[in-house]
Amino acid sequence: MLEFLTVQSLNGLVYSMVLFLLALGLSLTFGLLRVVNLAHGAFFLMGAYFGTTVWGLTHSFWAAVVIAPLGAALMGGLLEKLWLQRFYVRDELDQVILTFGFALVFSDLMKVLWGKDIRGFPTPSAFSGAVEIANISFPSYRLLLILVGVALFVITWLAIERTRIGALIRASVADRVMVSGLGFDIRLLFTIVFAFGTGIAGLAGVLGAPIMGIYPGLDFEVLITTLIVVVVGGLGSIAGAFWASLLIGMAETFGKALVPEVASFIIFALMAGVLLIRAWGRDEEEVE
Amino acid sequence: MEQPIISLRDVNTYYGESHILQSVSLDVFRGEVVSLLGRNGVGKTTTLQTILGVPSPRSGEIRFKGEIISGIKTSDIVRRGLGWVPQGHRIFPTLSVSENLTLAASRARPGSWTLPKIYDYFPRLQERRNARGDALSGGEQQMLAIARALVQNPDMFLMDEPSEGLSPRLVQEVGDLIKDLNRQGVSILLVEQNLHFALDMADRVLIMNKGAIVFQGKPEQIRTNPLLCGQLLGVSMGKEPRSGLVN
Ligand SMILES: Nc1ncnc2c1ncn2[C@@H]1O[C@H](COP(=O)(O)OP(=O)(O)O)[C@@H](O)[C@H]1O
Ligand SMILES: [Mg+2]
Repeated sequence: MLEFLTVQSLNGLVYSMVLFLLALGLSLTFGLLRVVNLAHGAFFLMGAYFGTTVWGLTHSFWAAVVIAPLGAALMGGLLEKLWLQRFYVRDELDQVILTFGFALVFSDLMKVLWGKDIRGFPTPSAFSGAVEIANISFPSYRLLLILVGVALFVITWLAIERTRIGALIRASVADRVMVSGLGFDIRLLFTIVFAFGTGIAGLAGVLGAPIMGIYPGLDFEVLITTLIVVVVGGLGSIAGAFWASLLIGMAETFGKALVPEVASFIIFALMAGVLLIRAWGRDEEEVE
Repeated sequence: MEQPIISLRDVNTYYGESHILQSVSLDVFRGEVVSLLGRNGVGKTTTLQTILGVPSPRSGEIRFKGEIISGIKTSDIVRRGLGWVPQGHRIFPTLSVSENLTLAASRARPGSWTLPKIYDYFPRLQERRNARGDALSGGEQQMLAIARALVQNPDMFLMDEPSEGLSPRLVQEVGDLIKDLNRQGVSILLVEQNLHFALDMADRVLIMNKGAIVFQGKPEQIRTNPLLCGQLLGVSMGKEPRSGLVN
């Protein structure tokens, strides 16, 4: 029983951190650009496929981990610069439809380029072993994922809260017209943040590939879960994204292990619950 | 004649289908303080923001220091030497006082105002350096909004109701600051609801009504013209001038 709890908790943590990497980019992008990027899941899958290609060429896991996210970031940057930027003057529905269109286009393109079969992805040899934790042996690669997730949370949080560029991002989130009124051209900042978000999604894709596999449709699967995480955590909040990833990741992992028939229902129920509680909170504030 | 630092010629601005600025023309000369008055909603803020390109005018021409700025990007307009003190401060709420100032300073033109000098000049901001923008009082936010524009060393200020919501003592302080800046040669286009304050500051006064400039003159002409005050400003000029006065 204790063993079951430990293993599932660790697995839940791993899954939560993959979700967090996805939610981080989506949330940051929304906070700054006010666009919900429905193509976000496509960048996850794209990162994974880029990873397999780089691995096929170099047989180096680390080359894949570095190059695949850069590829996803480049594609994200181009999407923002060439298309999305023209849509900022339009209403939100137009922007969402545009990103959804790209989600479909990318999805089909990836089927054409990489086929429809499920692909595996090898764990790097340095992390192919296992580590003893509380009497169970746990794959060290999975522990690495947990560390990467926590590290990226801390680094991004510090970058946003403590650096110059972070201050510029916070200022732009609050009042972008005022930021232009101080002489900043924030279009470049938008492109950089969008590229960063899609790059981190790509990183999640390539890091998650050895445990999740790579297959068509995975892009929309992770998109839905990430949207739920971001809604639960509050759009635009990095810390919110982190805690919500833990909540949803744990709930889904334990749900699948304990009550597989209703597992996917659990996270929707959680989201509905959080939204309800928030709505009640708002009602009370209004009454006061 | 001397060249104006800023001039608007037949400027028309729209929000969607609504025609807000209707053929506005005005000049501010170097070293001048010009007060732009008018009732609520006549287009004063829109005039300042049109100069800044938010939004750009649909027609007409705006020149700053002789060069056309209508139609170019807001960030480029500002960097030519305009300092914006917007209505309602618009301090970044999630940034500390020092972050608000450092951000502005990182985009500053060369000039005599540096961060240390700003803190010297505004001791209250020095004390509140680490406070978040949204933790400041209204007066502190207004000081910070002015300091934030000042640290960029603009040649001209666009100030939108800087006395709004301030105590009489703080209105006095802002007034002293404006006069001080003006003595150093900075030009100022000052939008105000506080009539007394605006007349005190101004070399020249413009009055707007329904998106058009309907009067230009000296402050004295307004002080002695109850009709103008009543119809266009919605105030009466008695012995104790009150009005859109905040105190
Ligand atoms: N963003 C906006 N969108 C649409 N209409 C606006 C906007 N801002 C101001 N207006 C309208 O433009 C007119 C002038 O507003 P404004 O320039 O703010 O007036 P003032 O500063 O003189 O009080 C008002 O009728 C106002 O309702
Ligand atoms: Mg106004």
